[in-house]
Amino acid sequence: MTEIRMKVNGSVESLDVEPWVSLLDALRERLGLTGPKKGCDQGACGACTVLADGMRINSCLALAVQYDGREITTIEGVAHPLQEAFVRHDGFQCGYCTSGQICSAIGMLAEHAAGMPSAVTGSGELSEAEVRERMSGNLCRCGAYNGIVDAIMDVAGKDPR
Amino acid sequence: MSTKYAETEQATAGPKYVGRAVDRLDGRAKTTGEARFAAEHPYPDLAHAALVHATIPRGRITAIDTAEARAVPGVIDVLTHENAPAMKPAPKVSFLDLSTLVSGTSVNYLATDEVHWNGQPVAVVVAETPETARYAASLVRPAYQELPAAVDFAAEEPNAVPQKGSLIAETKADKGDAPAALAAAPYAVDLTFTTPPHSHNAIEPHATTAVWDGDKLTLHEGTQNIPWLRKHLAQRFGVPEKAIRVLSPYVGGGFGGKGSVWAGTLLAVLAARATGRPVRLALTRASVYHTVGGRTPSTQRVALGADADGRLTALIHTSVSRTGRTGGMGEQITAVSRHLYAAPNIHLRQSTVPLDLLANTFMRAPGESIGTFALESAVDELAWELGADPVELRMRNEPERDPVGGQRFAQRMLREAYALGAERFGWRERDPRPGAMRDGRWLVGMGVATAYHPSIRMTASVTLRMAADGTVVVRCGLHEIGVGAATVQAQIAADELGVPLDSVRVEHGDSDLPPGPQAGGSMQTASAAAGVLAACAKLKRTLLGLARRAPDSPLRGRRLEEPEARDGGLYLGGRGQTYAEILAAAGRTHVEAAVKSNTLRFLTRTLRERRKWVKAATGAQFCEVRVDPDTMEVRVSRWLGVFDVGRVINAKTAASQLRGGIVMGIGMALSEQTLIDHRDGRIVNPSLSEYHVPVHADIPRIDVRYLDEPDPTMPLGLIGVGEVGITGAAAAVANAVRHATGKRVLDLPITLDKLL
Repeated sequence: MTEIRMKVNGSVESLDVEPWVSLLDALRERLGLTGPKKGCDQGACGACTVLADGMRINSCLALAVQYDGREITTIEGVAHPLQEAFVRHDGFQCGYCTSGQICSAIGMLAEHAAGMPSAVTGSGELSEAEVRERMSGNLCRCGAYNGIVDAIMDVAGKDPR
Repeated sequence: MSTKYAETEQATAGPKYVGRAVDRLDGRAKTTGEARFAAEHPYPDLAHAALVHATIPRGRITAIDTAEARAVPGVIDVLTHENAPAMKPAPKVSFLDLSTLVSGTSVNYLATDEVHWNGQPVAVVVAETPETARYAASLVRPAYQELPAAVDFAAEEPNAVPQKGSLIAETKADKGDAPAALAAAPYAVDLTFTTPPHSHNAIEPHATTAVWDGDKLTLHEGTQNIPWLRKHLAQRFGVPEKAIRVLSPYVGGGFGGKGSVWAGTLLAVLAARATGRPVRLALTRASVYHTVGGRTPSTQRVALGADADGRLTALIHTSVSRTGRTGGMGEQITAVSRHLYAAPNIHLRQSTVPLDLLANTFMRAPGESIGTFALESAVDELAWELGADPVELRMRNEPERDPVGGQRFAQRMLREAYALGAERFGWRERDPRPGAMRDGRWLVGMGVATAYHPSIRMTASVTLRMAADGTVVVRCGLHEIGVGAATVQAQIAADELGVPLDSVRVEHGDSDLPPGPQAGGSMQTASAAAGVLAACAKLKRTLLGLARRAPDSPLRGRRLEEPEARDGGLYLGGRGQTYAEILAAAGRTHVEAAVKSNTLRFLTRTLRERRKWVKAATGAQFCEVRVDPDTMEVRVSRWLGVFDVGRVINAKTAASQLRGGIVMGIGMALSEQTLIDHRDGRIVNPSLSEYHVPVHADIPRIDVRYLDEPDPTMPLGLIGVGEVGITGAAAAVANAVRHATGKRVLDLPITLDKLL
């Protein structure tokens, strides 16, 4: 067992975890934060996306012990216009990928604003093609992709950055 | 509201909520992480389970060594066929008790040493943590005596036998002499198509949390069929149905994969009983592949004959699909060919071959999704043969009545769908020559195909309760798998009772509620709507009864038909009373109305109706692709679907469901296949990294339009929208690829190796 301390959604949590426990399992099973979802447990679906110090990560591919001293934000700690936009644009159906989509979109917008390039980066404007490319690590089997992109474009358009 | 939605809204002037693009009522819960799914219910003392899967396709377990697994600290028990408590066998399938259809396979897990497919669970490890359970599962060592197994669909196809039909599912049809007409036709195509197995891949893997309290069982489970699941568990575990409570408020996607009872559910309940602990069995993605059936592969022949005017003279459609030796069903692959074209000579046959593989199961539009791929590809090829426009060819053969049965169509606006679609999509700008259209270096192709899915409905029990303040609770065991079930029924109830939407609450997803319809076959919304409408009428009668007896009521002495439900009360002209006033005057704290479903009577009526009407959702799918001329990579660049789905209750959720079907259809067209090792029957890509579902970058803007004409034979005129979206989609892509490249791909998925 290793004792780690993380700031999770603003509050400091200390917990004892075995070194093989993923960050996702630590959040879900030890801290009761079931907002991040387990869809594949191998980094293929993005349902487990959380923000680590503001950067989006697949928490199923992260070991909890690696995140000692870090700041983690799950969907439970998110208060962002994207959430309302997802509802307005019907950016989900079953809701299982939604936490990951929203956390990923927050991280993605920050990445874009910081000038991080993608495979389709052109003018620097956030285009729909950019959003699709940058969000492709988050699967939605219900096929709500149009609504998700609309929600992100809507919020990004209003973003003063 | 964004302009994008305003375009598809097409709201009607009459009802206040029905037809509108209303936001989902569970939107907040699902965007804040509040919505809890089956694996997310904490229990003190919760234990975690993991499965051990057989690694041979067929045989017997000769020994199973669990010592190493048991020695892992934190392991509570390892259950195998040698020590697990026995479950009762799955009941035999009977149409007198439809719940018998819910069993995924007939295998009595951990009560037999027999192995029936590569991946069958042969042991369950229960441990204090999920990590320990998974690790220990890897240490369980079964030894097998292998038996010969038939697992290669292509090799076993010749052994297929005619598929059995039933009262509601015909498996063959003959009209005229199709082979002779085909031989005599001046224009003909005769093509053989193949489609691979598919997996649902709901993003929520199947999970069960099972808690026994004496002989009482509480089950958290994502299911598309609460009542049948409960009944099945009662039979398998020998307890009364009333002793079981199934809680399934949110289901993280189903697509048919959560419509049956599979090994994980049974084994979680078994493990909880054996260990005396609450047990959660959250399947790994690979375990889902190995224990939950998927869509059958198929081989289909479609042969079409036509005269010089493009009138079909012959239509032949035959199919071979597979089942598992221990379960599964033949799909209605050729059913679509009964209904789409006015050919005087039609020959349809379906056959199946049982293999030593996991049973197949329903997956979004079973039959129609792969059947429309073959038929609609062949029709397109015939258009090339004739030099005809594919839209015009379809319109020339649009029947007035059902081509096989002769019944009338309850609803059929394919002509209007194609006319509207062709105009909106810019079909006339299409240069019909293959490879003639370019965008820079990209080859551009445009294709169309018809979407078709039968419209069926079952019954639902519904209870309504109105409180003294006029707020309403609708109680019905609906399944919220992402369709907006609660939202849509709340809209209907609010309109029927004339109350604001936010004063209606829908309780769903709980076996303690009146049983709802299953979420399958695109039937949940219409089935529940009929129940809600009946319950609202009953509630209004009760309320009017109270008002008529009240001495001072302006409604005193009125007949039920007279008053209008609006503004939170019953009114006649300007005179009336609010519900709150009616209840207060009667001294009541609440009123209730209950409607109970009568399945047998309903089924009898449905069968009678089938002789009179053919009922279906239809649509016209328009697809544009860009194909890289060097790599032959195919990208879908534009999509329009125009659908005839009766009256649309919620323009937002209906559009999402139709788009979702199209997205899955694009996956089916270009990337999806479950690969099975033909030597040993093992699924070799049981993961989301190797089974390629469409991602954001694969999906363009999908324009969805409705004709919004009510089907007069359906409650509120609505037709279910869950499945029609996927039908025709793969063919529309294949036809667009044919236009762009000149190449007809007969074998799904259309990967670039097939175009190079």
